[in-house]
Amino acid sequence: MATYILKRLGLALITLWLLSLIVFFATQVLPGDPGRAILGNLASPSAVRALDHQLGVDRPLIEQYWTWVTGLLHGDMGTSTQFRAPVEPYIQAALVNSLKLAALAFVIVVPLGIVGGVVAALNYGRAPDRIISVAGLSATTVPEFVSGIVVIVVFGVALKVLPVSASAGAGASAASQFQHLILPAIPLVLVLFGYIARMARAGTIEALNSDYTRTATLKGLKRSVVIRRHVLRNSLLPTITVIATQTGYLIGGLVIVETLFNYQGIGNLIYKAATAKDFPMLAAGVLTIGVVYMVATLAADLLYTVLNPRLRLGGAE
Amino acid sequence: MTEVVAAPAAEVTVAHGRGELPPWRLLLRRPTFIVGAAILLFWVVCAVFGHAIAPHDPLAQQLLATNKAPSGAHWFGTDQIGRDVFSRVIVGARSILVIAFFATLLGTVAGTALGLAMGYLGGAVDMVGGRIVEAVLALPLVVVAFLFVVAVGSSPLTIIIVIGLVFTPLIARTVRSAVLVERQQDYLASARLLGETRGHIMFVEVLPNVLPVVLVEFTVRLGYAIFAIASLSFLGFGVQPPTPDWGADIGANYGVLPAGYWWMTLFPALAIASLVIAINLVTDSIEQVLAS
Repeated sequence: MATYILKRLGLALITLWLLSLIVFFATQVLPGDPGRAILGNLASPSAVRALDHQLGVDRPLIEQYWTWVTGLLHGDMGTSTQFRAPVEPYIQAALVNSLKLAALAFVIVVPLGIVGGVVAALNYGRAPDRIISVAGLSATTVPEFVSGIVVIVVFGVALKVLPVSASAGAGASAASQFQHLILPAIPLVLVLFGYIARMARAGTIEALNSDYTRTATLKGLKRSVVIRRHVLRNSLLPTITVIATQTGYLIGGLVIVETLFNYQGIGNLIYKAATAKDFPMLAAGVLTIGVVYMVATLAADLLYTVLNPRLRLGGAE
Repeated sequence: MTEVVAAPAAEVTVAHGRGELPPWRLLLRRPTFIVGAAILLFWVVCAVFGHAIAPHDPLAQQLLATNKAPSGAHWFGTDQIGRDVFSRVIVGARSILVIAFFATLLGTVAGTALGLAMGYLGGAVDMVGGRIVEAVLALPLVVVAFLFVVAVGSSPLTIIIVIGLVFTPLIARTVRSAVLVERQQDYLASARLLGETRGHIMFVEVLPNVLPVVLVEFTVRLGYAIFAIASLSFLGFGVQPPTPDWGADIGANYGVLPAGYWWMTLFPALAIASLVIAINLVTDSIEQVLAS
């Protein structure tokens, strides 16, 4: 198991390095001339050259990449061109806000998705299964801003029961903050529900069709006992992995939801960085999302190894 | 004892009888497929003949009739500069369907070729491909597309290429696992013994056998492409105004939702939702038919 964990960590490092190349390429190579992009078409060539020099983008690419990566390793994410200040405090504050929203969405969607998937599996092939499967799949592929618009129209505009903006304002109480986060959490819940329900359904169906379930049924155990003791324990293992890997997608989906509800999270931060052509901020934000996702995936893999006795007790490879 | 045997035997004959029907006949028996295909067909017709169907010019501004609620003259109301929302929804089907189709097609063709190479050649190709897949998977589709579109500037061609390139490794991964199954089959061993070239084996022998997997991937990815394109347009980095587009129209009008002008955003939102749900119904039916 130790070799498995080491190998998994090594692969994660390689992926992280590739990710840094992708982000560097997109934010520092593709845009062409950052000085021109920031100053606009009317700026004089000398001003553009001066800014390029100040930003360090007139140096060879490899040197730029090296400076950027070593900076990142020392916790220096660069200087935001729109705020003319270090990027890190902005990323940190935004990440905390995003995690609050994500946590609320998770607390709602995890029990909901598991129950939905298990109910679908227990009614395999019948109407409840078809409804939950197709509804889950549809909810997953409807963009967050579409479901967001629908909940805003219904709860914010027609019924006027919940605030439309996600920001409760400075110094707001925890209860008020929570109330403002309910509407933004709904689109995230809808997108995640399908994934989690589908995994829980597949895992439950597999467990239901297994030999140990048949043995348990044939030895005369009640169906409820069979499901609780034998089916669920085995079926929820793959679901745990999916739940953890969805954290990254959740944070990605925040770009849309936070923009729609004007919430100061990491998604809104990279959206504003993009509109302001603030490439250091954009790079740092996207890389942060990538790292959060990778850590979540890694944690899921390790958790799966620990929880699965077949892997834990030696036969890891 | 005979009764017990009889039941599975009956099932086998039924399954056999069905197996002789061509797959499209099986699809037409599924209500979910009929509903999905009908909605999809409706939007395709709108995309092709939208300007002829729309009652008003989707670009015509009526500054004396701005923010009008839905009525007999304007079924879905008018937007902030007096354009007919119904006409914009009808004509708006074109941009998203065209871009999503070509992006998915690009990703499917490139991804299938890469997946065949990774699965059949294995070794270094598989190793390098696998790492790239992981790196691309480490970022949500919308974020990757957003990153590159911001970097090179938005145009329909940029969006097609970016989404196509992001799909390539994802589709390659699925095709690769299908190819790994095929590699164990006897027909490949005999093709190798006959001295066929690797290219011949990959594209003439293996490809036809993994086509069902490719078809399912195409329909699944089409749904994701629509998701991503609509999101990009909503953020202002997709289809540019004044071209009628569902995502862009929502992005331009959601700011006046709190003022009660819900029709400018709700109808394009429902259009997007109906399109992705239709594609899901079709995908789900195809998967079920291929699995049976």
